[in-house]
Amino acid sequence: MYVAVKGGETAILNSYELLAAERRGDPEVAELTLAQIRGQMRLAVARVMCEGSLYDKDLAALALKQAAGDQVEAIFLLRAYRTTLPRFGYSVPVDTARMALRRRISATFKDLPGGQVLGPTYDYTQRLLDFSLAEASAAPTPPSAETPLPATSPRVTDLLGEEGMIEAELPLAGDPVPMDLSREPLRFPADRATRLQNLARGDEGYLLALGYSTQRGYANSHPFAGEIRMGEVPLEIIPEELGFAITIGQITLTECQMINQFAGSSDVPPQFTRGYGLAFGESERKAMGMALVDRALRAAELGEEITSPAQEPEFVLAHTDNVEASGFVQHLKLPHYVDFQSELELLRKMRSSSAKVGVGDTANQPELRATEREEA
Amino acid sequence: MNGLPGYNFAYLDEQTKRMIRRALLKAVAIPGYQVPFGSREMPLPYGWGTGGIQVTASILGRKDVLKVIDQGSDDTTNAVNIRRFFNRTADVATTDRTEEATIIQTRHRIPEKPLNENQILVFQVPLPEPMTRLEPHEAVTRKLHALADYGLMHVKLYEDIARYGHIATTYDYPVLVNGRYLMAPSPIPKFDNPKLHMSPALQLFGAGREKRVYAIPPWTRVESLDFEDHPFSIQRWQQVCALCDADDSFLDEVVLDGGGRMFVCSDSDYCRTRQAAGHTGTENTPMEVSA
Repeated sequence: MYVAVKGGETAILNSYELLAAERRGDPEVAELTLAQIRGQMRLAVARVMCEGSLYDKDLAALALKQAAGDQVEAIFLLRAYRTTLPRFGYSVPVDTARMALRRRISATFKDLPGGQVLGPTYDYTQRLLDFSLAEASAAPTPPSAETPLPATSPRVTDLLGEEGMIEAELPLAGDPVPMDLSREPLRFPADRATRLQNLARGDEGYLLALGYSTQRGYANSHPFAGEIRMGEVPLEIIPEELGFAITIGQITLTECQMINQFAGSSDVPPQFTRGYGLAFGESERKAMGMALVDRALRAAELGEEITSPAQEPEFVLAHTDNVEASGFVQHLKLPHYVDFQSELELLRKMRSSSAKVGVGDTANQPELRATEREEA
Repeated sequence: MNGLPGYNFAYLDEQTKRMIRRALLKAVAIPGYQVPFGSREMPLPYGWGTGGIQVTASILGRKDVLKVIDQGSDDTTNAVNIRRFFNRTADVATTDRTEEATIIQTRHRIPEKPLNENQILVFQVPLPEPMTRLEPHEAVTRKLHALADYGLMHVKLYEDIARYGHIATTYDYPVLVNGRYLMAPSPIPKFDNPKLHMSPALQLFGAGREKRVYAIPPWTRVESLDFEDHPFSIQRWQQVCALCDADDSFLDEVVLDGGGRMFVCSDSDYCRTRQAAGHTGTENTPMEVSA
């Protein structure tokens, strides 16, 4: 018996309640607080802020709680909220040379002005599950440096630049205002500022995999991690009524400058080229993946042959956004009865045609088959 | 009455709506041409109707009456969800009667009842570029549109005929709008394509994820691509609707408990209206179909 599909609204409302109960989990266990998520899941918070393109630790923590820890869902929640916010203005470009460093390493020089600073990193931990963390433990007290770090440390690429060994990074002629991808659609060809914006909002896993592919021969890249730095930078705006910059707060950033070989061309002597990565919070993997992909996407500009996915701007940039990707992949869950019915009829027609000798013969087909008629 | 506290009428802020309306005006001025717009993140997932929702939100007025369908039905979960969204954020009147609606947002169907000049049909579009499966690079397809060079699509249709004896596209069947732009009608069955042609209603298409809108103004020529010796044709069933006996509607095939099949209208309002007018099908004695 045919039962009409009714009661969708009640079913939806019930699914909300089930979801809320599953999110809360066992009510005997204390509920997570935003301060706990913010303070103890800081890397998850950083990723949600970065790909959600909204720097707000409290909202990111709330999104993570609401999403039960699902990062892409939390990113989606934050993005959907972000759209509703008015845009008051644009900040002055941040100067990462003025970063209050908590971490700064270079793989290209043994030592350099400002020194190598490991900071809080998993890099040299031995990945042994620490069973002592299974229980509450005393708060650790970290050591502090004997002398404070200098207020500014030159970037490694600046040091190379003094020698002319690396391409200069200069603003384009006329220093055009970059487009705002959150307000305008991505168009191709996309300039580098637009590409970097796209990559900065892009999915970490995707950039990681694409960056990885360039190391494995799918793009001719020979990268060195010139410098990775992480710390706090002041954020400044110039209010119209004041006409000078004021600091409105500080944000944590991770910056990665990849240095790549370049053979040179008829116009340009051999020199190092750059790949750039920048991410909110402590997001080193993201910044490095981004820098590799940025460099790969410069293939056309540098006259390199485009042979691999990571070098193809339309392929790379159209698929970075995990909110878009997640939505479109999962839209396959929506009903497709009508399309499917059409395909079913077509398939029956084809099978019935191929069973006969003459292709395209429409006579004498099974009863279920749709017949064709001329357009009315 | 403003709908959801803390949010603007119909969710989007007025500046965003204005930006979308400007894109829509351009789309109406160049029928079938894809206009890029600053698509926003919506609180519903991309691919689930964000383009249609943004178009509807930007044209919706307080006196509008909204109908939302998915697969022709008002009762499928996503249609329910989108209707709920506008109920919450705009508090507008909603209906499931095609003739009462001033705006109809749809996914995958055009209502069976003819539309009138006071109605706007808003399509949700997953992939606005009709040639995307033949040429994935937008930089290339944009050029092909500029040159009105649609040989790629004609060759694809020709190859279908050479291989299968007929064109093997059954939904999202490409159309030429106003004799100029090749357009994806969204994944409606080709059964619905003739309804696009010379429609008295304004037809707007929104692709949120792909950030494009396009339009078919009222009374515009819309031709489904075909060949002189292989004219365009639409699906027709030998069955009639098992609930309302309609022989002129798109039928969904329903698998019954016993493994049999029955066919019912995909347009739930059309079916209900016919039943109310006294048409009855085989309804509760499902037709057993011998294959």
